[in-house]
Amino acid sequence: MAQLDTREKLAILADAAKYDASCASSGTAKRSSAGETSGIGSTEGMGICHAYAPDGRCISLLKILLTNSCIFDCHYCINRKSSNVRRARFTAEEVVNLTLAFYRRNYIEGLFLSSGIIRSSNYTMEQIVEVARSLREDHGFRGYIHLKTIPDADPELIHQAGLHADRISINVELPTEQGLKRLAPEKSVEGIAGAMGDIKAAIEDKTDAKRRFKSAPRFAPAGQSTQMIVGADSANDGEIVTRASGLYDRFKLRRVYYSAFSPIPDASAILPLQRPPLMREHRLYQSDWLMRFYGFAPKEVVAATGADGMLPLDIDPKMAWALKFRENFPVDVNRASKEMLLRVPGLGIKAVNAILLSRRWRTLRLDDIARLTVSVARLRPFITAADWTPGGLIDRVDLKARIAPPAKQMELFAA
Amino acid sequence: MRTVHLAAPDDFDGWRDAARALALARVPPEEIVWHAGDGAPDLFADEAVLDTAVEGAFSVPRAFVALARDAVCHADAERFALLYAMLLRLRDQPRLIEDHADPLLRRIEELAKAVRRDVHKMRAFLRFRELEEGDQPRFVAWFEPEHHIVRINAAFFVRRFATMRWSILTPELSLHWDGATLSEAPGASKADAPAGDPLEETWKTYYASIFNPARVKIGAMLKEMPKKYWKNMPETALVPQLIAGAQARESGMIAKSDLKVADAVAAEPPADVGGNSRLAWEALREEAAACTRCHLYKHATQTVFGEGPIDATLMFVGEQPGDQEDLAGKPFVGPAGQMFDRALAQAGVDRGTVYVTNAVKHFKFEQRGKRRIHAKPQGPEIEACRWWIEQERVLIRPPLTVALGATAARSLLGKVVTISGARGRPHVLQDGGEAWVTVHPSYLLRIPEREKAEEEYARFVADLRAAGARAKELA
Ligand code: SF4
Repeated sequence: MAQLDTREKLAILADAAKYDASCASSGTAKRSSAGETSGIGSTEGMGICHAYAPDGRCISLLKILLTNSCIFDCHYCINRKSSNVRRARFTAEEVVNLTLAFYRRNYIEGLFLSSGIIRSSNYTMEQIVEVARSLREDHGFRGYIHLKTIPDADPELIHQAGLHADRISINVELPTEQGLKRLAPEKSVEGIAGAMGDIKAAIEDKTDAKRRFKSAPRFAPAGQSTQMIVGADSANDGEIVTRASGLYDRFKLRRVYYSAFSPIPDASAILPLQRPPLMREHRLYQSDWLMRFYGFAPKEVVAATGADGMLPLDIDPKMAWALKFRENFPVDVNRASKEMLLRVPGLGIKAVNAILLSRRWRTLRLDDIARLTVSVARLRPFITAADWTPGGLIDRVDLKARIAPPAKQMELFAA
Repeated sequence: MRTVHLAAPDDFDGWRDAARALALARVPPEEIVWHAGDGAPDLFADEAVLDTAVEGAFSVPRAFVALARDAVCHADAERFALLYAMLLRLRDQPRLIEDHADPLLRRIEELAKAVRRDVHKMRAFLRFRELEEGDQPRFVAWFEPEHHIVRINAAFFVRRFATMRWSILTPELSLHWDGATLSEAPGASKADAPAGDPLEETWKTYYASIFNPARVKIGAMLKEMPKKYWKNMPETALVPQLIAGAQARESGMIAKSDLKVADAVAAEPPADVGGNSRLAWEALREEAAACTRCHLYKHATQTVFGEGPIDATLMFVGEQPGDQEDLAGKPFVGPAGQMFDRALAQAGVDRGTVYVTNAVKHFKFEQRGKRRIHAKPQGPEIEACRWWIEQERVLIRPPLTVALGATAARSLLGKVVTISGARGRPHVLQDGGEAWVTVHPSYLLRIPEREKAEEEYARFVADLRAAGARAKELA
């Protein structure tokens, strides 16, 4: 194989990483370089998206693979052994230098490093850890580091990773066990769960990390996350939501990412031909929010799915729930509890808090609500205010048609 | 009229001192003209100076001070006056700060929000370029903020890049950091900053490679990265060509699916499923055995998966398993299946060479006493179960598929059709395969008049014979 230069490798190894949905760089401990004489970087609590790609995704971290060679043959993965893609491999040093050079120019918040498995799980994990170690110890890097760990690697290596990284993640890959068996025969549900359990334990027992060296973040202060591929196995939305909530509970995850399966070049023959609608991924994220921030129980989200177990694509899951359980509405904005206000379609957390504060001051009218929200027309049927009751609106069969946004045209792009 | 001159457009302390004194003197808002370093003083305003004799203090909610600190940096010329008006009201009614529905407070909150967003975007979109200068490089950025935010943003860049030497140049104000101290200088122009950095090509390579052309969401990109920021970001030069490339790719795919039957089949020769297709099919069947995609699994005995050779050139799709199939776990073994076998034999098609399956893989029924009466599957069930048949089709890739009855036709064609309308002509499927539609054999069992039944049966056999011949042609 001819020698590739850094840019050629970067093109291959970033391309191979783009199917990973996660790019978050928030939620970690605050660090700063002010007053320091060496090293570089800071974390501010809230992550920064330094650019957006035309796919609408945030570019916050340098997201690359160390190598896209792999000894495994997972069918949904472009890097699987039997795929024909061009292979490349970075040295640990190349990744370190690239990260620092990008960081100095304010292109990125840090590094998200993952890898295909070469030689063995342990060998690969050692290389990943070495990149993070060098960044932290040799270069005093205080930016964000997210490491994807290899499920079968030695727990000690995963522990090392956690000492350097802000976040670690292990992909559960597929929502169902049968799906994993069929599409990723070399991976095991137990192996993945075991590693996630270890990480959870280590995060909870974070004390000794501080003793090892001073610039270390505590053990993965931004926690652990995982990713599920949607649409490559048979799981419907109800099953996915249930699975995700189980993961949150068992492993104290910060996030479950959903990645709509994209047909990949050189796809394996046993994969679905069609990608699931991107809107499906979006609806799953929305349902995730409902559970994490809006007080919805997983079974309530499941109850919002249709007879086919899927969340509707044309309306958001909160609206779907409201339309299905109309007996809970209208909600009186001047009296209702926070919990009930949060159930009103179109009312976000900020708006609910503003309503709760403002109503100590005035009896809210529809105009007031309009000022506090994005679109009062959408939520009108679900509330009563001082000068407004929806009357029979809430019981109308065509309610959905009246509030669902009209299908949007693709916008033409003029540069 | 009183005129207040503030030192700079973001002079929060100056505004606070003046506002405090004016509020103590109860000067009404309409009698004050506010000037900040950002324009010539109003020549027609009275030059009456502030009455500094008024001493004293009063307190306002802490939240307001934080809000004002941000709002002061907004480019809106009215910001000082709005804040002063709010201050007067809060002095008498401090808890007004909670009334977010108040129009004035709302407006000030909007100002502050815009400033915070601009602050955030500067942290995000500012790009340093490296300048060789002596033994230690210097990093220089040119940025054009929308509001007066450079000063309040300086600390962020110090925290992050403390050990670098850097300069941030903007039209209004420049900042220089030498590794130890921060100094200010007047505004600069774009030409004062370096025109490029060799690393930008590498960064652009990354930007182009991390973009997934299978998903274009231009609106989402523009919402977070409005065009006004683009001119100073090297990577945005690539956006038009990335989108054009993705759209070409997409329309290529659409054009392909529009092709005529013969062309489509020619354009997409059946893929070589490799030596593991049998294993893949078995794994698929095993996965389907645990399917819970729709509620039908709850009452049926088992999933009834398709059956037949993996390399079949002819696939038959029925509606759903019946009572006997449900118990046996095999498709087409009940009365309708026997009728189907008979017709197939008469049409000269070897049952052992075709693949048979159902649009819905669980038995749907109503319990009437001891009997389980067939119930027609509904749209959502057909949709949910379509996943499986698509998987079967990916593995088997039959050049010809025959839909038996309306449910199968709906599942395959993705829309509701009538048998009379769809029968007797080829349909192109999304995967490039060809489909024919005929009746379901159970329909033949239900025709009461003998003559009509025989006529329909003969027609069914003729359809099967034609399908057999066409499958040979396509294979
Ligand atoms: S009918 Fe189909 S989709 Fe529904 S549970 Fe059975 S196999 Fe799954």
